[in-house]
Amino acid sequence: MLTRSRSFLPVLGRALSVLLIALGLSCAAFAQQPPLRIGFGMSLTGPLAGNGKAALIAMEIWREDVNAKGGILGRKVEFIYYDDQTNPSTVPGLYTKLLDVDKVDLVVSGYGTAVIAPAMPLMMQRNMAFMTLFGLNVNSKFNYERYFQIMPAGPQPAIGWTRGFFEAAMSLNPKPKTVALVGADAEYPHMALEGARSHVERLGLKVVYDKTYPPNTVDYSPIVRAIQATNPDLVYLASYPPDSAGMVRAVNEVGLKTRMFGGGLVGTQFAALKTQLGPLLNGVVNYELYAPELSGKFPFLDDFLAKYQGRAAKEGVDPLGYYLPPYAYAMMQVVQQALEGTKSLDQDKLATYIHTHTFDTFVGKVSFAKNGEWAEPRVMMVQYKGITGNGIDQWKKTGAVTVLEPGPYKTGSVKTPFQDAKN
Amino acid sequence: MEVSTALIANAIIAGLLLGGFYAAVSVGVSISFGMLDIVNIAHPAFIILGAYLTYIVNDRFGFDPILVSLVLSPLMFALGMLIYRIYYVCFERRGQESLRGLAFFFGILFITEVILVLIFGVDYRMVSTAYGQTTWRLGDLDFPMRLVVPFLISVTMVVGVQMLLTHTFFGRAVLAVAQDQLALRLMGVNPVRIKGLAFALSIATAGVAGAFLIVIQPVEPAVGRNFIGLVFAVCVLGGMGSVWGTLIGALVLGIAESFTSTFFGPSWAPAVSFGLLLGTLAFRPAGILGR
Repeated sequence: MLTRSRSFLPVLGRALSVLLIALGLSCAAFAQQPPLRIGFGMSLTGPLAGNGKAALIAMEIWREDVNAKGGILGRKVEFIYYDDQTNPSTVPGLYTKLLDVDKVDLVVSGYGTAVIAPAMPLMMQRNMAFMTLFGLNVNSKFNYERYFQIMPAGPQPAIGWTRGFFEAAMSLNPKPKTVALVGADAEYPHMALEGARSHVERLGLKVVYDKTYPPNTVDYSPIVRAIQATNPDLVYLASYPPDSAGMVRAVNEVGLKTRMFGGGLVGTQFAALKTQLGPLLNGVVNYELYAPELSGKFPFLDDFLAKYQGRAAKEGVDPLGYYLPPYAYAMMQVVQQALEGTKSLDQDKLATYIHTHTFDTFVGKVSFAKNGEWAEPRVMMVQYKGITGNGIDQWKKTGAVTVLEPGPYKTGSVKTPFQDAKN
Repeated sequence: MEVSTALIANAIIAGLLLGGFYAAVSVGVSISFGMLDIVNIAHPAFIILGAYLTYIVNDRFGFDPILVSLVLSPLMFALGMLIYRIYYVCFERRGQESLRGLAFFFGILFITEVILVLIFGVDYRMVSTAYGQTTWRLGDLDFPMRLVVPFLISVTMVVGVQMLLTHTFFGRAVLAVAQDQLALRLMGVNPVRIKGLAFALSIATAGVAGAFLIVIQPVEPAVGRNFIGLVFAVCVLGGMGSVWGTLIGALVLGIAESFTSTFFGPSWAPAVSFGLLLGTLAFRPAGILGR
């Protein structure tokens, strides 16, 4: 026994040594491979910083998940990102630095139309495959074949984005006849209003007010009164978070009399405005990408949201994470699957792969149309209702929204007129 | 659009209420820039700091934000004293206040923003008040308390500052600092001390204006930048160093903005406001009440 044991131990020792050396070599090989560097600008300060930070948390979770599994193509993933300050003028310089000085392997976009559009000329000049996060109809002006976008607005984004509001409006009896269109002087609201005008024309509605306002407006009540003076059946608003809050407050203070109000308010998808505006949101019709009512249809989100919510609470950003973070993660999942599918960093191969494949992501199966938008739209139009006080818990439960559109997700019909829907 | 008397009256009321807020935001710059010749480009950052201080107390204890800002104004005053001291020792005493002083205040603006981002994050913050969701209606006229309360306290504050400057020895010394520091020294008054106190007063008013801001709209650390152009425009329109002029300039800009938004389209509001500023300066280069 002892003899056997003596003869066995050196063998075991040698085997262990070989195993350790092999492990060490493979680790060294992993360590010697340069990291895969992905660059982007993100709004970490400025008006859209809340959204930008939430997206960054989601992307960091993805990076950690990927690196824990050995990286992509045997390389660890590294992010290089800069704060674009929600300022479009910083974007071209920032991406030039990423490509020329930092020499990143890939770039993706920061959050929002306003910072995606200014990056496009450079991306086209360098022939980069450009995966973007929540830009509305950006590619309509550029027609760039390597542009991709993760927001589920569909192949005609401006139209897909605004369709739900007008479909819900046209379900009213009697049908509305007049509409007021209003939005901020910025990229996203312009695009959304463009989409709204298409529906207005298609449906034969009469436009009684069509104006934009400076994003740094302090008091919105003169705008709401001017709209009220035109007595519209519908009021479509496309706004960024501070003006969403300002308009919702002004609408409540003036007592806007219309049948439906809302449509394209950015910000009410996040906990900050949800809780701060609270009951003032009752009756407002707006887009969302998720509602607790529909959790059964989005089971894949649960794991991610659990991870995200823990991090977000620590970093003081959107504690719900229903809107943007899952899509930021999904955007990186598309990039990952394209890299693994092509086993290449060739931008042409990547773009072709993304165009020709369907991707399994946390937000469901995603495939892209020719213009880089989702092949099928999936924007939900909801009406906020029964909100009492400013607590966050009511937003985690069912009952705070009625999903009006699209059909497969519908949980009820729109309540009108707007002032009655507030009660 | 049907133009009614009520619409016109509401536009005037909204403009006055907005102008009252603009006056609170600008009166500190009127003191520091107009009287003390200190280009405090960081003034909006102190407004945001004031907004966050009131937010903390409101969030934790539920106290009224404007009341809190008044109670905390000595703290902002002390901060103003400290900042002026640094500015004086590092720049003004060496005669380097013009360009380097400007860079100093730019630095303070960014540092304040970054500190607020690190502490509070970048989400928008609002406060809850007893009157925030109340609107008084007098016939067809609307008086949203969210704007009425800041307006009343702002006008009181501006009148108080004017009384302080014209009816006290300290106030007259501040006015004298702007005109002739040597004469002030010959009167046995230390102009540096007077400037420090006056600068501190301007920062204290910024703190109170911050409370108005967070009552009126949600606030995030960088939102103060929106007001840099406005505060200097109001100050110049009203007349450099004139507190009454600041109040009148703010009300004029508020009414111009409200009227333009109501009748011609809100996107024209900044053009009309700044066109008004250019027009006034063309005919009256010193501003409405400037000398």
